[in-house]
Amino acid sequence: MIDNFIILPVLVHMFTAIIAIFFWQKVNIQRVISILGSSIGLVLSLKLFLKTQGTGILTMQAGDWQAPFGITFVSDTFSSVLVLLTGIVAISVSLFSTAAVSTNRIRYGYFAIFHFLIMGLNGAFLTGDIFNLYVWFEIVIISSFVLMTLGGRKPQMEGAIKYVAMNMLASIIFLTAIGILYGITGSLNMADLAVKVAQIENRGLVNVTGLLFFVGFGIKSAVFPLYFWLPSSYHTPPSSIAALFGGLLTKVGIYAMFRIFTLIFVPDHFMMNLFIIVAIMTLVTGALGAISKNSMRRMFSYLIVCHIGYFIAGLGLFTEIAIAGAIFYLIHDIIVKTNLFLVSGIIYKARGSTDLRRLGGFYKDYPKLSILFAIVLFSLAGIPPLSGFWPKINLFQATLTANSFILILALIFASFITLYLIAKIWLEVFWKGLPKGDIEKGDEFEDLPGEKKFVLILPVVSLAAVSIFIGFGAEYVMKISQKIAVEMIDTQPYIHAVLGDLLSK
Amino acid sequence: MELLLVILIGVLYAAGIYLMFRRSMVRLLLGLILLGNGANLLIFLMGDIAKGKPPIIKAGASVFTDVYADPVPQSLILTAIVISFGLQSFAIILLKRIYLLTGSDDLDTLNTHDKDI
Repeated sequence: MIDNFIILPVLVHMFTAIIAIFFWQKVNIQRVISILGSSIGLVLSLKLFLKTQGTGILTMQAGDWQAPFGITFVSDTFSSVLVLLTGIVAISVSLFSTAAVSTNRIRYGYFAIFHFLIMGLNGAFLTGDIFNLYVWFEIVIISSFVLMTLGGRKPQMEGAIKYVAMNMLASIIFLTAIGILYGITGSLNMADLAVKVAQIENRGLVNVTGLLFFVGFGIKSAVFPLYFWLPSSYHTPPSSIAALFGGLLTKVGIYAMFRIFTLIFVPDHFMMNLFIIVAIMTLVTGALGAISKNSMRRMFSYLIVCHIGYFIAGLGLFTEIAIAGAIFYLIHDIIVKTNLFLVSGIIYKARGSTDLRRLGGFYKDYPKLSILFAIVLFSLAGIPPLSGFWPKINLFQATLTANSFILILALIFASFITLYLIAKIWLEVFWKGLPKGDIEKGDEFEDLPGEKKFVLILPVVSLAAVSIFIGFGAEYVMKISQKIAVEMIDTQPYIHAVLGDLLSK
Repeated sequence: MELLLVILIGVLYAAGIYLMFRRSMVRLLLGLILLGNGANLLIFLMGDIAKGKPPIIKAGASVFTDVYADPVPQSLILTAIVISFGLQSFAIILLKRIYLLTGSDDLDTLNTHDKDI
C-alpha cells in the first residue's frame, strides 16, 4: 500500500533539528523544542507501527518514481518496530539530556545534532534502497562524531579518533560492496536486488560481495574481531550520549545485517557457519572483556559487544524460531542498554565516578532508586519474568535443534557472565560501604533541584516500565517477533509490496 | 582503459590500507582519503564505461535505442564525494584538535585514559 505517512517520523526530527539551530545559544528554548519534537516523533512512530500492523507493508516512492528506478521507503513490521523503539529511546534520552547535559554543550548545538542523529536512524530503518541506506548511515555517523567530540575533553578526543577512523573505514567497505553489487545487478532497490541476485550464476562474486557487506556492517555493529573500537570509545562521552550510542547505534548495523542477509543474500551453508563462529567468538570475548574491567561504563561497553553475539547467532541459525528470538532480544536490548547508561549517568552524578572501587553505599543513601536500578540490572541479566529471559528460551531451543553445542555453551557462558557482573555491580555499588578517603566531589545529585531530579529519574522509570511490559507482555512481543521472522524467511510479500505490478509483467 | 582503472583502484586500496596501518595520524587520514577515492573509482568502473549519448528519450519516441551512458554511477559517485568531503574535513579538524591537546602525531600516545582504570 502506498502511504506518504512513512516519511513523517524522519521529517519531524529534521524540522526539530532545524528549529533548534534557529535558537542557537538559547538553552531553555532548545530543551523545550527537543522534548516537543521527540514527543511528536514518538506519537508518529506509534501511529506508523499501528498502521503497519493494520494494513500490512507500506511503501512510498519518492517523487513518484516507480521502484526500482526511484528511491523507495518501506515500512514492514521490522522497520516500524525499530522506528517505534527509536522514538521511545529518543524521548527518554531527550528528557534526560535536559538536566544531564551541561549548558555549554547545549549552547553549541547538542540538541540539533541529537535530532539529526535520530532522523538518520529513522531514515536508515525505513529506506528500501541500498545506496540511500548508505547515505542515512553517513548522516548517523557524522552526527555521532560531533556528539562524541562535543566538549573536547582529552579522553573524548582519544576515544573519538578510533571511533572516527573505524567508522569511516566501515563506510568505505560498505560503499565498495554497493559499487560491486551495482556492477553485477544494475540495481539499487533492495526488493529488486533480491530478485536479481538470486538469478546470478556467478555465486562466488555474490558471496564475496555479501562478505564485504558483512565486514562493513560488522565494524559498525562491533562483532568479533572488529569490535575493538567500541570499548575504547563508548565510555568517553557524557552518559546521555553514551546511552543513545549504546542503545541504538550498534543496533542499526544489526538491522542492516538482518535486512541484507535475509532479503538479498540468503546465507548458504558457508555463511551460516561463519555467522555462528563469529557469534561464538563475540559472546566469549565480549564476556571476558567485561570481567576484566573495573569501571561500570567500560563493563557495559563490553556487554554491548557480548550481546551482539545473540543477534549474529540468530542470523546464523536462520530458522524461524532463532530469528524470532534474536528480534525479541533486539527489542529488549535497545531499551535495556539505553537505560543502563542512563543509570550509570545518575550514579556518576551522585558519586563522581563509575569505578567500582570508588563506589559504594548507594543502597543506604538512595533505597528507592536502588530498587529501580535493580529492575534495570535484572532485566539485563534476564532473570524471569523480566524482559531478557524470554528471547533466550527461543535461542536455546533453536540452537539445540540445530545441534550446535559449542554455540549453546557460548550462549550460556555469556548469560552467566552477565549475571555474574550484575551481582558484582550490585555488591560493589549498592551494598558495600562507601570507601573512605578518595571522594573528590560532593554528591552532585543530592544538591540538584527537585524538578531536575525528576527529569533524570523519569526516563529511567519509563524505560524500566517498558522493559517490565516486554517481560510480562512477552506473548504480544513474541507474536510481533514471530511475524517479523516470518516476513524475513518468506520475503515475497516485501518484494511484492515494493515492486507491485512490475513483478507480474 | 578498464585495465588501467583496475590497476589504479588496486593501487589506491593497497596504499590506503598500508597508510592506515602506520602510527602517524596524518598518514591514517591520508589512507582514508585514498581508500575513499578508490571506492569512487570502483563504482565508476563497475557501472560500465561506455561512450554513449545521454539517456534522454526523444520527444515522440517511446524507447531509447542508441548506446547510452548510465547516469546512476555518476550520481552515486557525486553523492559519495560530497559525503567523504564532509567527513574528511571533520577528520582534519579533529586531528588538529588532538594534536593541540596532546602535542603528538603518534597514535600510540592516545591511550593515556586506558591506563587510568
